[in-house]
Amino acid sequence: MAEGSKAQQIVTLKPSKGWLGLDLAELWRYRELIYFLTWRDIKVRYKQAVLGIAWAVLQPLVTALVTTFIFERGLKVQTGGPPYPIFMLAAWLPWHLFSNALTRSSTSLVQNANLITKVYFPRIIIPLSSILSAMVDFGISLLILLGAMVFYKVPLTLNFLWILPLTLVAMLAALAVGLWFSALNVQYRDVQHMVPFIAQIWFYLTPVLYPINPTSPLGTTLYNLNPMVGVVNVFRWAIFGESYGYQPPSSGLLISLGVVLALLVGGLVYFRRMEKTFADVV
Amino acid sequence: MDKDTAIIVEGIGKRYRIGAAQERSDTLRDLVVGSARRVGSILRGGKARTGSDTIWALKDVSFDVKRGQALGIIGRNGAGKSTLLKVLSRVTDPTEGYGELRGRVGSLLEVGTGFHPELTGRENIFLNGAILGMHRREIARRFDEIVDFSEVSQFIDTPVKRYSSGMYLRLAFAVAAHLEPEILVVDEVLAVGDADFQRKCLGKMGDVAQSGRTVLFVSHNMSAIQRLTQESIVLDKGRVLLRAPSAEAVDFYLNRGLSKLGERFWEADEVPLTAKPFVPLAMRILDKNGNVSDAVRSVDEFTVEVEYRLDEAITGLRVGYYLNTTRGEPVFTSFDTDDAALFNEYTSRPAGTYLSRCTIPAHTLNEGRFFLGLNASAYRIKRYFQDDQALSFSVDAAGSAGTHWPEPRPGPLRPQLDWEISKKA
Repeated sequence: MAEGSKAQQIVTLKPSKGWLGLDLAELWRYRELIYFLTWRDIKVRYKQAVLGIAWAVLQPLVTALVTTFIFERGLKVQTGGPPYPIFMLAAWLPWHLFSNALTRSSTSLVQNANLITKVYFPRIIIPLSSILSAMVDFGISLLILLGAMVFYKVPLTLNFLWILPLTLVAMLAALAVGLWFSALNVQYRDVQHMVPFIAQIWFYLTPVLYPINPTSPLGTTLYNLNPMVGVVNVFRWAIFGESYGYQPPSSGLLISLGVVLALLVGGLVYFRRMEKTFADVV
Repeated sequence: MDKDTAIIVEGIGKRYRIGAAQERSDTLRDLVVGSARRVGSILRGGKARTGSDTIWALKDVSFDVKRGQALGIIGRNGAGKSTLLKVLSRVTDPTEGYGELRGRVGSLLEVGTGFHPELTGRENIFLNGAILGMHRREIARRFDEIVDFSEVSQFIDTPVKRYSSGMYLRLAFAVAAHLEPEILVVDEVLAVGDADFQRKCLGKMGDVAQSGRTVLFVSHNMSAIQRLTQESIVLDKGRVLLRAPSAEAVDFYLNRGLSKLGERFWEADEVPLTAKPFVPLAMRILDKNGNVSDAVRSVDEFTVEVEYRLDEAITGLRVGYYLNTTRGEPVFTSFDTDDAALFNEYTSRPAGTYLSRCTIPAHTLNEGRFFLGLNASAYRIKRYFQDDQALSFSVDAAGSAGTHWPEPRPGPLRPQLDWEISKKA
C-alpha cells in the first residue's frame, strides 16, 4: 500500500461525553460484520439439531394446529369470518418475529461479552444482528402462511405487499425495546428473566389468538399504544382485505409507528450512553 | 502532530470502581438494597460514595510512537498493560486524557476472539476475520495462505470444537497473523501453543515489525520483547516508569523486582485428608537477591523454597519437586534428601514447621515457562501430598549462552559449557 494513497484514517481516544448520536457512516463501514454475525447466529441456531431448519417449519405449523384446536374448536372463539388458522397465522407471524427478535436481542450483549471486551466495533451491531437473524424463521413462516392461504382459497392481492413495511415496523419495535433491554441486561441480569415474562403478557394484550375489542375510550387509547396492535391488524388486512371488516392502514398504524419511533430514539440514546461502559461492566 | 508519528497518547488515565465484583449491582435487588443502604448512611450523617473506592488503572500515561516503530510494553500483572491496550484499541474509553492513532488499527487482545465451536474452521476464518476488521474479499484472497499457515487444512471443514487445543490456537493465530493493519496492537498472544508454534508466531511477528508497520507489543517474554522491539516502556501501578531502548528497559524491569510474585500458598481446604500429617504451606521462587519472583534470569541463580508443617513425626520423608516444561515434558526431579547423608540425618522428621530449599545454579534453564510440581512422600510407603502444577515461573535468557544470535534455541536447558577450539596441526 503506497503511503498516502488513501485518506488517512484517524482514531481519537478521549473520554466520552453524553449523547453522541448514531454514527451511520461507521455502521456502514462495519456492514460486513453485521452480515457475518447475523449469519453466525442463524447457522449456529440449527447446527447439531437433528431436524435443523425444519424447526422453523414445525413451529408455525404446530402452533396453528394446536391453537385452532383449542381456540376455535374448544373455546369457540369468533374470528369474525376468516378461517381460524389463517386468522391466527396472519397475526402470529409478525408477533413471533417481534418476540423472537426481542428475546434474542435482549440477551445478545451479555452472550457476546467475549467480543465486547476484546474488540472494538459499534456495539449496536450485536443486538442489530440478532434481530436480523430472526428474519429467517419469519421467511419460512411466511411460506407456510402462503401455503395455508392456497389451502383455504384466500386470494392473494396487491395488499400483500404491505407485509414489507409491516415487517419493518415489527423489527424496529423489537430493536427499540431490545436496545433498552440489552443495555440494561449488561448491568442487571434480572432483565433476562423478565423479558420472556414481559413478552408473554404483551402477547396476551395483542389480538393474536383472539380478537380484542376494548369497550371504553380509555381502553381503546391504551390498546392502540401497543405498537404490535397496529402491525397485527394491518397484517390481517393485507391478507384478507376489507372483506371481514379489517381496516386499511390508517391512523392506528401511525400511532404504532409513533410509539415505536419514540421508544427507538430513547433506546438509542440510552444505549449510546451506556455502551462506553459495557466492556468494563459486562 | 508530526507527520511521522503514528500514535500519540497524552495524559491518559482510566479509573475503575474497585470492589466492583462484590458491590456491582448485579441484580435489581442489589441495586435497591444498595441504594437504600447508601441513603441510610447519608441520613445517619455518613458520607455517600466517594472517590476512595475507585482505582486508577492508568494515570498520566503519555508517549508517542513513530510510524514503523515497534514499541514494547512491560510490567507485572496489574501494572496497567492490558488496560492500556484496551484503551488503545478502543474497547474501553479513557477516563481522562487524549490520544490519536493514525492509520488502520488492528488489535489482538487474544487470538480466536469470536470463534464459535459449532462452526467449521473455514467458517470461523471468515467470522474471526470480519471481527478483526478484515473485509470479506480480503479474507477470501488470503484464505489459502491462512490455511497453510495454520497447518489444519485437512480439518478445515470440521467444526472447531473437534480440534485439539493446539490446532485451535494455530488456526486462530493464522487469521490474526494475516491481518494487515498499519498499526498493530498485540497482547500476550504468543504465550500460547507449543514451542514450535510459538517460534513460528514470533517469526511472523518479526516480519510484521520489519515491514514498516507500527507495532505495540505487550509480553512477559523478555527475549521476545528484545527481539521484536527497539524501545519499550515499563509500566508500574498504571504509570510509565521508564521509556528506554528495550535491552535497557528489560534490565530495569527484571532488576527492580517488578516482575510478578512467584509464590503459592495452600489453603486448608486444598489439601486432601490423605496428606496428614503433612501440611503444605507455601512454595516460592526467590531470585538472586532473595525476592519472591516468578520471572528469573538464566544468567542468575535462583532458589526454590517449600514451607510445610508436620503435625506428627514422619519417617523416611522426602520433600521435593518435579520441574516440567509447559508442554509437560519433565526436565528434572529433585528431593531434599537426595543426598544420602542428609537422608540419614533426617530419618525421622519430628513435628514442626520446616523450610526445604535449594538453589538452581545460573546457566541451567533455557528461556520459557516452567512448572514446578510439589511432592512429599516416603519411598515405597506413602505419597503424602502431590500437586503437579504447584507453581509456574518464567526464565529469561537475555545475556546467557549464545544470545548474541537472536534466534530461539530448542530444549529446556541452556548450559554454558566450556568449549575449546583448537586448530589441528
